[in-house]
Amino acid sequence: MDKVITVEDLTFEYTRGENEEPVKALDGISFEIDKGSFTAIIGKNGSGKSTLAKNLNGLLIPTSGSVFVEGYDTRDDEAIWEIRQRAGMVFQNPDNQLVSSIVEDDVAFGPENLGIEPAEIRRRVDKALEDVNMGEYKMKAPHLLSGGQKQRIAIAGVVAMRPEIIIFDEPTAMLDPKGRKEIMAIIKELHQDGKTVILITHFMEETIDADRVIILNEGKILLDGAPEEVFKRADEIRAVNLEVPMMTDLADRLIKEGIDVPRGIIREEDMVEAICRLKSQN
Amino acid sequence: MPIKVTKLTHVYDEGMPTEQVALEDVSFQVEDGEILGIIGHTGSGKSTLLQHLDGLLKPNSGSIIIGDTDITKPGVSLVEIRKRVGLVFQYPEYQLFEETVEKDVAYGPGNLGLSQEEIDERVREAIALVGLDFEKIKDRSPFELSGGQKRAVAIAGVIAMRPQVLILDEPTAGLDPRTHEDILNMIRTIHDRTGNMIILVSHNMGDIASLADKVLVMDSGRAIACGTPLEIFSAADKLREVGLDLPPVTEFCQKLGIPGTVLTTDEAVQKIKEFIGA
Amino acid sequence: MIRDITLGQYYPAESPIHRLDPRVKITATLLFIIELFIVDNFPGFAICAAVLGAVILVSRVPLKFIMRGMKPILFILFFTFALNIFMVKGEVIWELGFLHITKEGIRIAVFMAVRLVLLIMGSSMLTLATKPLNLTDGMERMLSPFAKLGFPAHEIAMMMTIALRFIPTLLEETDKIMKAQQARGADFESGNIIRRAKALIPVLVPLFVSAFRIAQDLAMAMEARCYRGGSGRTRLHEMKLKTRDIVAFILEAAFLVLIILEARYF
Repeated sequence: MDKVITVEDLTFEYTRGENEEPVKALDGISFEIDKGSFTAIIGKNGSGKSTLAKNLNGLLIPTSGSVFVEGYDTRDDEAIWEIRQRAGMVFQNPDNQLVSSIVEDDVAFGPENLGIEPAEIRRRVDKALEDVNMGEYKMKAPHLLSGGQKQRIAIAGVVAMRPEIIIFDEPTAMLDPKGRKEIMAIIKELHQDGKTVILITHFMEETIDADRVIILNEGKILLDGAPEEVFKRADEIRAVNLEVPMMTDLADRLIKEGIDVPRGIIREEDMVEAICRLKSQN
Repeated sequence: MPIKVTKLTHVYDEGMPTEQVALEDVSFQVEDGEILGIIGHTGSGKSTLLQHLDGLLKPNSGSIIIGDTDITKPGVSLVEIRKRVGLVFQYPEYQLFEETVEKDVAYGPGNLGLSQEEIDERVREAIALVGLDFEKIKDRSPFELSGGQKRAVAIAGVIAMRPQVLILDEPTAGLDPRTHEDILNMIRTIHDRTGNMIILVSHNMGDIASLADKVLVMDSGRAIACGTPLEIFSAADKLREVGLDLPPVTEFCQKLGIPGTVLTTDEAVQKIKEFIGA
Repeated sequence: MIRDITLGQYYPAESPIHRLDPRVKITATLLFIIELFIVDNFPGFAICAAVLGAVILVSRVPLKFIMRGMKPILFILFFTFALNIFMVKGEVIWELGFLHITKEGIRIAVFMAVRLVLLIMGSSMLTLATKPLNLTDGMERMLSPFAKLGFPAHEIAMMMTIALRFIPTLLEETDKIMKAQQARGADFESGNIIRRAKALIPVLVPLFVSAFRIAQDLAMAMEARCYRGGSGRTRLHEMKLKTRDIVAFILEAAFLVLIILEARYF
């Protein structure tokens, strides 16, 4: 399978004050991302997950080690725009990433920067807004929209640049439950349409639909694998002060009570099935 | 100090084309020492209601009686209301402004015109109450703390005013799960130690189910239901009608077909055991 | 409170004036101002007023709305009127102590007042009937020839765009912070000036912190979306003059000629 991102021994340091020791936000991280995959990266605040996200499209440059996006090295100044065009990014705060006071002009901002023909920009903007179900808000002012709607506009702005990869940096952290659901539905759709999705989050429930989960802790990869596999190791996850999805937690407690459900269940359907099976056996 | 809200109505931009009824005939009552959870989707009038309880907005009609004072009456001074009610806004860390944590927490009590000793004592107490180490943190700049610590300091800034009613507007918004849990535990501690009334607005139904004694449901500016968590979350259809969810664990047990309303994971484990017949 | 402040004075409506190319409107406004200074008699003003009246009518902006925008300049209007009426020398028709009013004084005072009113009404039509963003766009494009000489046309336009986008956000933020500090007992309304200024510190510090955070986030988001200055950028909205723009432009030219002739031969 094609690798769209290759991270090799990535270390990122920063200094807080002038005379202070540099802090390692990321410490020797390596992994690869498959084309068309959906990877969730989780970790608590300060685990380095946001720093990692910003290293994946050259917003931050590794202190040592390297990041390749579709073969382009993020340390190469010449390649930076190629990289950002291929790896789009949606940020946490829905307000602070919209540039224009008219929705469609904001969505056009990326394509305009790429120097695309006006007629093509028009097509892309209309399509991107349709993709996030915001077509009718084209002429509205962003500050009058809800958080979830603003975040959808931000996604449209990235989609209109037609990137291969979209990195979501805690896109739902500041939204209400309704907005959160909307955004997660759109992320899933984008993945189904063939985009490579990287979702940085601290909500365990949002990792359920990913095909891979990477857990970061103190700048290092703690666990990496399919969600079912990763969440089987709930004790290791809890040991670093992280939570596990509700179903995994419930499964663990049921097992403790002597009920024989499989460990590492993450989906409700699977839990319902397991319980009903046990019920019919009794 | 009990609160009695009667027929509270608030209209924004009355008489203008942008006129908007934010609250309509809202009535409810909370007893001393209770934790009231307020739920409702964004724009249902929750924030407007909280600002009335804190005297920041005046209603077009209706009354709010706290203890024995109607705070909607024109003669009641803001300082009098502040001594009774403390309101912690959403993302309260954005209001920190002083050079040190100690000074920032002292801002509220300072505004009440207390003596320096009294202020010092309250600041110490408040910082301890939110689970921080006073000596370690007092001289640090609030801007260099972690997200969770900032929020705790901001909450301490209101607690230091020793309100008899503490209102928290989405105190866990934007926090990671662990810090979220820390803040919930902090609220429990504050409630246990002070025994005062707490009003809590949250989108997180799980939090409401586990913390609140009473739940008020808001929709389009009206209070459509008020009752115990068990009563409120038993009426699932009514909640869904106004765009609200059940706590995840409640929802799951319903899907399983477990009779009754389950509110906590512990309860769920027991019910599932019975359900299987083990 | 702060939510009452209306920003800019754009009046949304569907009118031929609203639909015109912003460059045509900017040019028309500049020409109108020049014309007001060419005019040297009242019939000339009558023509200008008639043209402006027609534009207002077509634009569907209510006169009441325009008049409301005039309020802040009433003082300047009275001041210049008083200055002219008392200071101009000539045939005295009324006298009280050192104050005297002359025939010429009245004429010039009225003349200047009419010019000022037309000037302000005329130029406010530009902002009333053009979306701020289009106005910015139009200015950027009109100034772009000067970019080759080092004039930062794109940068200025970008700053205006961002300002338009974030002013409402910052106002909302201010409102929130003020309320939050009021909840902590802040009092912004009593005391002398020094006390009140001091009371604002707890609002200003968080506001600046917030503005810096916005700036940082926005800069990063813009970079992530491949923003690298004005060169090589295309635009979603191409500005092409349409028939109606050309018609409007010819009308403007005709109006200018009329005013020049009027000033010369009457």
